[in-house]
Amino acid sequence: MTVNGQPVSAEVEPRTLLVHFLREDLRLTGTHVGCETGYCGACTVHVDGEPVKSCTMFAVQADGANVTTIEGIASNGDLHPVQEGFWERHGLQCGYCTPGMIMSSVALLSKNDRPSEEEIRHGIEGNLCRCTGYHNIVQAVQFAAARMRGEEPPAADWEGGE
Amino acid sequence: MQAFHPKTLDEALAAAADGATPLAGGTDLMVEVNFGKRRPEMVVGLRRIAELREWERSRIGSGVTWRRVERDGPRAYAQAARTVGSPQIRNAATIGGNLGTASPAGDGHPFLAAVDASIEIASTSGRRLVPWYEFFTGPKQNALQPGELITAVVLPERLPERHEFGKVGVRNAMVISTVCCVVTRDTEGSTTVALGSVGPTPIRVPAAEEMISAEPSPSDSALGEFARLVSEGVRPITDHRSTEEYRRHAAGVLARRLLERCLA
Repeated sequence: MTVNGQPVSAEVEPRTLLVHFLREDLRLTGTHVGCETGYCGACTVHVDGEPVKSCTMFAVQADGANVTTIEGIASNGDLHPVQEGFWERHGLQCGYCTPGMIMSSVALLSKNDRPSEEEIRHGIEGNLCRCTGYHNIVQAVQFAAARMRGEEPPAADWEGGE
Repeated sequence: MQAFHPKTLDEALAAAADGATPLAGGTDLMVEVNFGKRRPEMVVGLRRIAELREWERSRIGSGVTWRRVERDGPRAYAQAARTVGSPQIRNAATIGGNLGTASPAGDGHPFLAAVDASIEIASTSGRRLVPWYEFFTGPKQNALQPGELITAVVLPERLPERHEFGKVGVRNAMVISTVCCVVTRDTEGSTTVALGSVGPTPIRVPAAEEMISAEPSPSDSALGEFARLVSEGVRPITDHRSTEEYRRHAAGVLARRLLERCLA
């Protein structure tokens, strides 16, 4: 398979989950393991451009596929606009859900460059966050959407208004 | 464990005949594997079989994902698809897998019941078409025999003029239904109502259908009677997700609301 643009090949047990292959064989530990049931979304990666949960997929099912993880979205040391948005709008506290949350957000913005708040919330419905209450995550995605359209991001709701 | 990833249906059917466990999107099976509830010795992956992803008019291949139904499906089926799992799950999970699991809470089932769809099943010895009401045989049980695979969902050539899906759950995002429902209404008033999560299998409520189909423009009291008959006609249980009483009540309210949308 191709991971973050690099061809990789390995012999794995058929039972190996994709997330374990990424973390343990390739040492790409940015993708987290949460619930192993498909609920929490911490393990979200892109397989052939679509976000999926890598804990409910065998590595061998991704044989020949193009996989992108959180490590693969920044370019030349510059944060992806979604990463920048999470930084600028405090879209995380503990950070456990963040890689998956960012991968879902990147996928959402690739299909919809001007999502409404409702569309953002629907787009990240498969990712659970226990810290933020999602409020700042929505602002982070709105920040990124504006950046990616080449516009000035909207002010955070804790800024201005006085 | 051995894993096969064939490209053709014939190879997959041969593996199924040898006892391989079918694996489509993996959103149900893999949870059981991860929790050690199932330890399949042989798995046959279905994702690479192009034939199962074909969608020709009213025949939808079993390998079609919920993401595609959400985008391209008939209205109520697409509405249901939008509530299946989450984006990641809809990208992986298939309509065939939903039927294979045959959960009483499966959000795709009420649409199939409401429009009288059939399920196409194949084995190395041929294909058969099973009407939805013979397909679902109990909670998480279906008419599939060993060695058989679900190959397609077959909808009627013509769908009713209006059809609406709705569901009630404990939260908005990624929730398993407490009640889910599809109501259809055709031009001459003929109405169907199918519900999930309120019985061992998806169910229709003939008494409510007959009563409301005879009302060309239902009054408020006719709508109330329709809701009452739906509540009376479902067979819910009390479990960790809800109580029998609440499900009964919610089924009637939801069915009435969807009927009103069909009439609007």
